[in-house]
Amino acid sequence: MKKILALVLSTIMVMSLVACGTGTQNETTKAPETTVAETQVIEETTTQPTIVGKNVKVGVILVGDENEGYTYSHINGIQNAIKALGLDEKTNVIWKYSIGETEACYDACIDLVEQGCNLVVTNSYGHQSYAEQAASENPNVQFVSMTGDTAKKSGLKNFHNVFTKIYEARYVGGIVAGLKLKELVDAQKLTEKNYDTDGNIKIGYVGAYPYAEVVSGYTAFFLGIRSIVQNVAMDVQYTNSWFNITAESEAAVALMDRGCVIIGQHADSTGAPSACEERLKAGQTVYCVGYNVDMLKAAPDAALTSPTNNWEVFYEYAIGSVMNNQEFAQNWAEGYETNSVMITELGSSCAAGTKEAVDQAVADIKAGTKHVFDTKTFTVGGAEVKNAFASDTNGDFTNDADEAIIDGYYHESYFQSAPSFSLRIDGIKELN
Amino acid sequence: MQISKREGISKSKAMLIRLIAIVVALIICAIVIFLIVNLNPIKVYISMFNGAFGTNKRMWVTLRDMSMLTCIAIGLAPAFKMRFWNIGAEGQMLVGAISAAYFMITFSGRMNPIILMICMIIGSLAMGAIWGLIPGFFKAKWNTNETLFTLMMNYIAIQCTSFCVSLWENPPGSNSVGTINATGANKYVGWIGNLLSKGYNKDYGILLLITIFLAIFVYIYLKYTKHGFEIAVVGDSENTARYAGIRVDKVYIRTMALSGALCGLAGFLAVSSVSHTISTDTANGRGFTAIIVAWLAKMNPFIMIIISLLLAFLDKGSVQIASEFGLNEYVSKIITGIILLFILGSEFFINYQVSFKKIKKDGGK
Repeated sequence: MKKILALVLSTIMVMSLVACGTGTQNETTKAPETTVAETQVIEETTTQPTIVGKNVKVGVILVGDENEGYTYSHINGIQNAIKALGLDEKTNVIWKYSIGETEACYDACIDLVEQGCNLVVTNSYGHQSYAEQAASENPNVQFVSMTGDTAKKSGLKNFHNVFTKIYEARYVGGIVAGLKLKELVDAQKLTEKNYDTDGNIKIGYVGAYPYAEVVSGYTAFFLGIRSIVQNVAMDVQYTNSWFNITAESEAAVALMDRGCVIIGQHADSTGAPSACEERLKAGQTVYCVGYNVDMLKAAPDAALTSPTNNWEVFYEYAIGSVMNNQEFAQNWAEGYETNSVMITELGSSCAAGTKEAVDQAVADIKAGTKHVFDTKTFTVGGAEVKNAFASDTNGDFTNDADEAIIDGYYHESYFQSAPSFSLRIDGIKELN
Repeated sequence: MQISKREGISKSKAMLIRLIAIVVALIICAIVIFLIVNLNPIKVYISMFNGAFGTNKRMWVTLRDMSMLTCIAIGLAPAFKMRFWNIGAEGQMLVGAISAAYFMITFSGRMNPIILMICMIIGSLAMGAIWGLIPGFFKAKWNTNETLFTLMMNYIAIQCTSFCVSLWENPPGSNSVGTINATGANKYVGWIGNLLSKGYNKDYGILLLITIFLAIFVYIYLKYTKHGFEIAVVGDSENTARYAGIRVDKVYIRTMALSGALCGLAGFLAVSSVSHTISTDTANGRGFTAIIVAWLAKMNPFIMIIISLLLAFLDKGSVQIASEFGLNEYVSKIITGIILLFILGSEFFINYQVSFKKIKKDGGK
């Protein structure tokens, strides 16, 4: 009897669920895509383009809050852009803090649209698919996915990806490190331990993940150093996290144990600089270049500088475009040419003449006379690179479309805003 | 002051104590809000209510989160009633979600959507059942510690999820699966749609109905069936159960399979109705929060709905006050913490009596 009862109950349960399954099928057979397209057309034809102007409402979905460096730099950028445009934060911006990379992001997008936002920004990579979904349902609202990479493929006019050319600032950070290295060599501060068997000075890099974004960053940093000191070799240690103080500290310690003199990083915490400061105080010759935030508080003696983004430039451009009903770039990527990237204040340990060299390099990049990924400055497998694709169209992790080497240099962030440089060049070794 | 165990308490009196606890908690919160951030507490409360129920969409999102939490808590109820401390809802939910996502990704377009949906349900139930059955079996055979066992099973499930995410990455290199069937020929296949209107993501009525149905099912199962009776006896005393001729090991295994299956079904709902994707955040700690829900409700599925609603309300409300007043999320966590503390504390006053009377001094022992 009880078995029959259980059977009946479970059958009812399945049936009730099937009912909704049937609903699903009806929806699909009725081709909802056409209805979406139709409404889109209707909305586009009926709503006259009224100038949004100062009534603009910007919705901001943040993965963290002001206590987290990456999010803080976005908050700062938006606040400055709002001021520069003569808007008021209270009436023109709606903030959503600590929104995880889950359906909570989609909910937040829809909620912001319902509150009348014309522009919705999400600042974490993991928000992307939710923002894309919301963008496809709300064609009159502009959506921006920071650091994202699917806008081009999505075919949605109102969905944008944004990245700065941070690799330019990393290159300049490399110059700062290179000059320090040169000073150390000239003063004969380096020991045998700091050289590998081929006579190259050892450099370390704490990377987050083995993705193109990170590869592009450390290669630019390395090339910056090598533009000053020729005989260098770099070890890269991954932490497999964007923010993990302990792991970053441990990675830095491992690299310093190998004799690395300079520690660069593509991870968000102060773990590595703090570890370097400790070693420097203990008598080891080691200096570091941070990322995103000024590391001088964490490492007043060891930190040289940090490459960082100036998000205000983008936000001013995007909010301004929406205010004037202008379309704005689907893939936005700018660097020194608009001061979208920079390096933080130089530390007191920097070599003499660093400021002048930095200014010169920045001027050269701005003038277009210096290209970070100049193919004459690096080799892969001992040979100069003649061809390199920038896009991966079939999802096999190998780039297979869009030839990026044009005019003798790799065009980074050219076909889409997200970094694509993933060549492993000679002189750099990934340890894990 | 004397504290003594209550002989028994009428339901209305117990409810009154709980109500007083909530009111006192709200007053304390109001004082805290006023002292720390200098805001009008009533405005803050109105804002919280607004955040949870202010618009149609917000109301449905709150009800959706309530439903998800209730589903998992309901899944835990049979195991807890048996005094089997199933800490593994998180994992059981995740394996259910993996199974649902697997069918959605692999068989969309190759299978009739109805059959696909049935496969997703059965798969999730089966995977959850297996995940619950393993610790149940070990407990029955070798009397292993179920708390540690189910907890460890969570970590295995989380790693399995990470593995599947990297397997199904879309776009590649993104370390996420993205929204499954959001575009293309299989658009919306495997998604549970709206109840009140056509389309998706507007309301979560079907999810709500399934939750209510599950609540009724588990309530009846625990209260009026022979299985339910056996679970209660095993929970009270294994020896009594054995003496009464109940096969204790069989009850352990059967109940854990059921508990796991229900949590697995919650995983299916999380994928098919709520997020349409899979990640290690699919469970998002709800497997653990559900333990609190089940406990506070004393395994009564209907009270679970009320407590889940309260938790979902607090969560949505806190997001809103953070947005509206620029309050850091920690302020809202403080509020949530105070309210939960008072609710838990009220149980003490329900179980114990506090009386103030002078005790005659005997002049030392």
